[in-house]
Amino acid sequence: MVPLQIVVILFVALGAAGVVLSRDPVRQAIVFSIYGFGLVLLFLVFQAPDVALSALVVSGIAYPLVLVSAIARVAAQRKRKGSA
Amino acid sequence: MSRPLRLGLFVVGAAGLGMLLVAGLLDLPRFGDYPGPYGDLIARLAVPQRHMVNTVTAVVFDYRGFDTMGEELLLFAAASSTALLLRETREHDTDDLVAGVRSDAVRGLGALAAIIALVVGVDVVAHGFITPGGGFQGGVVLASAFAFLFLTIEYRAFVGLVPMVAAEPVESFGAGGYVAVGLLSFAFGFSFLQNFMGLGVPGRLSAGGSAIFVNWCSALAVCGGFLVIFGETLQENIAERYGRSRR
Amino acid sequence: MSVLPYLLVAWIFLFGLYGIVSSRNLIHITVCVSVCQSATYVLLLAIGYRKQGTAPVFADVPSSRRVVDPVVQSLTLTDIVVAVAISALLLSLALKVHDHYGSLDPSQVSEMKG
Repeated sequence: MVPLQIVVILFVALGAAGVVLSRDPVRQAIVFSIYGFGLVLLFLVFQAPDVALSALVVSGIAYPLVLVSAIARVAAQRKRKGSA
Repeated sequence: MSRPLRLGLFVVGAAGLGMLLVAGLLDLPRFGDYPGPYGDLIARLAVPQRHMVNTVTAVVFDYRGFDTMGEELLLFAAASSTALLLRETREHDTDDLVAGVRSDAVRGLGALAAIIALVVGVDVVAHGFITPGGGFQGGVVLASAFAFLFLTIEYRAFVGLVPMVAAEPVESFGAGGYVAVGLLSFAFGFSFLQNFMGLGVPGRLSAGGSAIFVNWCSALAVCGGFLVIFGETLQENIAERYGRSRR
Repeated sequence: MSVLPYLLVAWIFLFGLYGIVSSRNLIHITVCVSVCQSATYVLLLAIGYRKQGTAPVFADVPSSRRVVDPVVQSLTLTDIVVAVAISALLLSLALKVHDHYGSLDPSQVSEMKG
């Protein structure tokens, strides 16, 4: 196995642990984006450019948008209910 | 069930599952020794038989086009269900909101970024059979071009250009168009989703036959689905933050 | 060393399961489900890899070059895009739960206890 593959595999393993162990949703959204970029590197090193492109647009644009929007809506509703 | 009991039960279960998983995974062929016949067959046959240089897109839209139709209908169902759940009991009005970005530099760059993303998205979809790309990746890039409008200009720009009235027909047209292209093959005397056009020259934009229509239909379906999802979640957010109560 | 990708798959999947079981926030659970799904993507690509194979696009390499398997890549790439839509559905369910119960903690939502 190429050493580059070993390094990227270790980075992805650390990223997965980081995503699960971050409990605050906003922090988890950011760490999940970084984990997504780690997955893109892994797919590139496994010689799969189509999959890497798909993972890049999804974990860079679509997933953070949906996730942060949900988190912000929950926070706004709590503020509104708390002050009402 | 109390929390320590649940975690203890999980540790026992995960240990068992982990041992079985590792034992099963180690029985697979070694990493790098791919034995199977299908990958070699398709790598050898995709260019002469289908005139498609990108074998992955050839498998997605041509050899296994029926499965991709199922995935796309799955995306359609998920987007519709999200819209159904989030639209029913929205309590606040969003009709005349002014929630804009005030910096002119950001607005200018945002408009430029949206146009660039639109062009890149169309490029990625069109070159699906030549370079890595295709309907699914390009569809998400196209949807993000419209999301740029919301993020850098204001909510009304997003809603003015892509009202929910227009995003849903695009998505339905994409999903239904896929099935329609398949049914069109019946008119030529072939089976469902079989190719009915000339295959073109491999390596050019005309390569692919009727899989080109299928490619564009799935790009429209993915773009429309994501626009519906983005629109609903963003509307929820804006309504909660800035909207007036309807009651 | 050549079993490292398969061990990575088991690691990611078990970590995702631990996240689901021990979580106190419904949005955190949704992200952990996505982590479990990404373990399957890594497994599919690891099965299809061939030593000294290149990407299965023949635009600039001759047709006789060794390539990795294109079939598993096609399965993975549609899966990634559809998974985001499913996660959006799960998040909208979490938002509805918050509307009714005022909390995202699964142990405080009375019908989800245990």
